[in-house]
Amino acid sequence: MHASPRTLYDKLWSSHVVQDEGDGVCVIYVDRHLLHEVSTPQAFEGLRAKGLPVRRPESHLAVVDHAIPTRNRGGPIDDPQAAAQIALLEANCREFGIDLIPVQDVRQGIVHVIGPELGFTEPGITLVCGDSHTATHGAFGALAFGIGASECESVMATNVLRQTRAKTLLVRVTGGFAPAVGAKDLILTIIGRLGGSGAVGYAIEYAGPAIAAMSMAERMTVCNMTIEAGSRTGLVAPDETTFAWLEGRPFAPRGADWDRAIAGWRALPSDPGAVFDRTLEIDASALAPQVTWGSSPDQVAAIGDRVPDPAAQGSEAAQQKATRAIDYMGLTVGGALEGIAIDKVFIGSCTNSRIEDLRAAARIAEGRHVASGVGAIVVPGSGQVKRQAEAEGLDRIFLAAGFEWREPGCSLCVAMNDDRLQPGERCASTSNRNFEGRQGPGARTHLMSPAMAAAAAVTGRLTDVRKLAT
Amino acid sequence: MEPLVTLTSRLAVIPDADIDTDIIFPARFLLLTVKKGLGRYAFHDKRRVGGVEIAGFPLAPGAADPARILITGPNFGCGSSREQAVWALHDLGVRVILAASFGEIFRSNCFKSGVLPIILPQADLDRLLAAGTLTVDLAHQRIEAPGVTPLTFEIEDWRREALLNGWDDVLILLKTQGDAIASFEAGRRAEAPWLFTTTL
Repeated sequence: MHASPRTLYDKLWSSHVVQDEGDGVCVIYVDRHLLHEVSTPQAFEGLRAKGLPVRRPESHLAVVDHAIPTRNRGGPIDDPQAAAQIALLEANCREFGIDLIPVQDVRQGIVHVIGPELGFTEPGITLVCGDSHTATHGAFGALAFGIGASECESVMATNVLRQTRAKTLLVRVTGGFAPAVGAKDLILTIIGRLGGSGAVGYAIEYAGPAIAAMSMAERMTVCNMTIEAGSRTGLVAPDETTFAWLEGRPFAPRGADWDRAIAGWRALPSDPGAVFDRTLEIDASALAPQVTWGSSPDQVAAIGDRVPDPAAQGSEAAQQKATRAIDYMGLTVGGALEGIAIDKVFIGSCTNSRIEDLRAAARIAEGRHVASGVGAIVVPGSGQVKRQAEAEGLDRIFLAAGFEWREPGCSLCVAMNDDRLQPGERCASTSNRNFEGRQGPGARTHLMSPAMAAAAAVTGRLTDVRKLAT
Repeated sequence: MEPLVTLTSRLAVIPDADIDTDIIFPARFLLLTVKKGLGRYAFHDKRRVGGVEIAGFPLAPGAADPARILITGPNFGCGSSREQAVWALHDLGVRVILAASFGEIFRSNCFKSGVLPIILPQADLDRLLAAGTLTVDLAHQRIEAPGVTPLTFEIEDWRREALLNGWDDVLILLKTQGDAIASFEAGRRAEAPWLFTTTL
């Protein structure tokens, strides 16, 4: 027994310490590693140069998501660089004995969608990926964080990483959401409150009644964007919702192993009285649908608000940043956010491409049509999400409404494949970053929930979805 | 990895806050699978207006005497984990970056390529701006500049030692932690055997 109450983060950390080197620096064991084609070629090259094998091939799982086109799946890939990068991941996985989900497999999809879907993600483990949105998996009570390519190499060779223990930040969410307001609005609000670097050095635990009431998809949306406040780790305590979601998935333990696993997982939540270094309280019932106005996810406001005056932005650096962002976004200080005309709509990404997200968007799209002159695409997070959506008829709703229905991948969130905006184009996007050039050089991104993006698609403007929802 | 002990260089200054790794290394160049020669893509879009290169951008490829020390705004390297951002800066000759704060993954990535990210209060950074040239002494964790009282900075011991010696992280971990890893792993296998199989 431990004398003092511990947080979920404390428990996850201390159960993976291979070597405690003092001052919070520890060598941490890594249980599982997800690979994709972009952050691993140089890691494999490093292993090859040092003559090192992959220490434990079964602890890794690879999938193609970033560079892959979302049209014409199965046909040749037009971009020779993308084709070569994908072929290189396939060759590297063969050489080093790592399982790779084939491009044509129904299990292919965005790494942060398929990991949980296959049960590769589970409570109590450490999980890393060469991708900053790896905190998504923290929704299951896993210590999950993004790493660089060199650390991918390290994990493949050793299954450990040297890390500094984070401080802890509790985000406690009370109250119930108003209709048409949800997880995306919550996390955008949290990022706005904390600021883009406000949680650097902290591991965030999201807790409170509003989090406990969330589905796993909603929890993943919240944890996914933790990095946009500067923190690599976002956690939700595992509970009955988590266990029910995981049971029977391919990688999940079975039979006696399941019983044993679940007994351990029940001990993970933060103990009553556990002390956090910081706390942020949010009342979910006070939230309206959120939309970003700037070029950083913390530049966010309620849809009914106006483009803020940079002079009201606090520090001089924040003022300069706001001025630059408003200029880049082509907006007017004091102008209403609602009603800003858009050119493109993207529904997808590791933040919002799960079946629940597609259902929320389809509810708004049903019986309506994408506005004239607007191009809208729906990119499911995985082959399994796509299949489920088609079984529910969501594809027909989207197609009838004038949306394109695509194959799974990161697509217009990172704009590495042929899904890319033209300079100056304005996009209503369910993704996670509105950085300058993120969706293509000169592209302008407004982040929002799937329902809000669908509302923007059918009206051609940033729209308060509550005025459409019935 | 190339060791870093002391370095004297003229300064490059890019004062913007929150320069994310998409700005440092735009995503479309991530299709390249190499590690070397990426400097030409560093700040690719930020260095251009309407497709035309801005003359005198502080860090540009092909400089005869490149600045090897960069002073920049807070939260430098936030966003994506892409290590190409570090490789590209390193390829331009950058070995030291000073800022009030860094994106965590970017900061960690720097050390893997022999780049030293130094965190200093903004007021100290502002004082250094006018100096033009700096000397960074990693062993003594000191920064000297003409006309400025020398400053000290913090860095984790293990990271300082690795940089000073040019140690490769992976080889060091295998050499020093091999037994500890094996022992931990045996315990992990006993308590969660399902993590040691694959079902794909």
